[in-house]
Amino acid sequence: MIKLERVTKAYPRTGLALNDVTFELRKGEFCFLIGHSGAGKSTVLRLVHMAERPTSGEVRVSGYASSTIRPREIAMLRRKIGYVFQDFRLLADRTAAANIAFALEVTGARQNVIRGKVGRLLAQVGLAAKSESLPRELSGGEQQRVAVARALAHDPLVLLADEPTGNLDERATWGIFELFRDINASGTAVLFATHNLDLVRKNPGCRVIELDHGSIVFDSAAKEAVG
Amino acid sequence: MPYALREAIAAFRRTPLLSALSALMIALSLLLVGLFGVMAYNLQLVLRQMESRVEVVAYLRDDAPPQAVAHAQQEIERLQEVREVLYISREQALQKARAELPEFSGIFGSLESNPLPASFEVRLMPNQSGSEAVAAVAHRIEAYPFVEQVRYGEDWLDKVFLLRRAAGATTLVLGGAFAVVSMLIIAAAVRLAIYARRDEIAIMRQVGATHGFVRMPFLIEGLITGAAGALLALGATYAIFALLEGSVLDIEWLPDAWVLGGLAGGALVGVAASALAVRRYLREV
Repeated sequence: MIKLERVTKAYPRTGLALNDVTFELRKGEFCFLIGHSGAGKSTVLRLVHMAERPTSGEVRVSGYASSTIRPREIAMLRRKIGYVFQDFRLLADRTAAANIAFALEVTGARQNVIRGKVGRLLAQVGLAAKSESLPRELSGGEQQRVAVARALAHDPLVLLADEPTGNLDERATWGIFELFRDINASGTAVLFATHNLDLVRKNPGCRVIELDHGSIVFDSAAKEAVG
Repeated sequence: MPYALREAIAAFRRTPLLSALSALMIALSLLLVGLFGVMAYNLQLVLRQMESRVEVVAYLRDDAPPQAVAHAQQEIERLQEVREVLYISREQALQKARAELPEFSGIFGSLESNPLPASFEVRLMPNQSGSEAVAAVAHRIEAYPFVEQVRYGEDWLDKVFLLRRAAGATTLVLGGAFAVVSMLIIAAAVRLAIYARRDEIAIMRQVGATHGFVRMPFLIEGLITGAAGALLALGATYAIFALLEGSVLDIEWLPDAWVLGGLAGGALVGVAASALAVRRYLREV
């Protein structure tokens, strides 16, 4: 479903961010992406999201290839990819429900569809009672739940998570992680970038890809250290 | 209400001062265009009136055979540029001179013989009064052997047409310059609006909104700003026109097509400026 083939990404100012990265994420898989800051985790996620193009190599996501995808197709592809960030990125002047509805509204969904779906998503992330709360009235964990619900608005095939627990305390971290596991259990693939090794250690059944200086140095699916 | 329209209206509510200032600046730019338009239109009316008075006068030799003169008059009348040809005999010319120049009645009274020649007064069709058409008719009449001299005010006629061309070109240049100024102002306002909504736009793109969907509220905002500025400019131009028309000058208001063109132009400038600003922003992010 997601395939990176010999992907290299270099930036004009900061240089090489990814170096000859190859891996495949299959449908319904849960994969940790670990590594120090600057290892290239976020770059991988941005490439999968087609927010950037590789300098060389190819990124393939759900039938689209980075070398041939057109701008309109990128918009369509993104409806199949949920994206969750460390800093939540909620609209401060909109309620929890309105933040989720926004994702549906801007892709042309009808109001009756939006209303039904927002209710279901809020219930799924455990915030049915806080639908009318503004982000500032919610805890960090709750804000991230709203962000996850927004990312699920289009029933994505894959959920990209860029340090989603980075701003949360331990209790909230586990709450959010469990939410991702539940989502994955219902069939959505998850690519979970984190530097929280505790999460990785306590979930030995999950696939782990470790990046260092832009290269994959470990992929549990390959059962061996790389490079 | 569709999302794009709702967001465009919300943008005015979010930054009312900036929106008002943008519309006001556009109005000021278009006011200058409007005032120049009134001036150009009235100049055009005056020139058109002058053109309609353009005539070719051919003075005939005293020994011109009457039959040849009558035949020539019919031939000239058949030219497509010509509306009518009047034959003024020597006697009629003297009577006319006496009537039109009463201050010289003493001189005309003491004359022993009539010094004035017979002539053709050739009036042209309204759409055939350009300097080239007039010169062509004059040259054809000059070819008759009994024609002594042909006059058609070639000096001032050339100047009139030059003035008309200059007025047209100035309107175009001035209109273009102010359109560019207005576009820059609207583009700056739209860029500020984009900046104010950058988080929202980032999320829109993140969740799969198309470029067209992201762009639409800003295009509507530009359209409304441009049209509002044009309406303000129209009101101000009319107010100044009304003030001048009654008291200082005898001028006419612009035709409807010009007014509608100005309003559409203002709205179009607004949309174009927004499109440029959004396009640039979407390319940058």
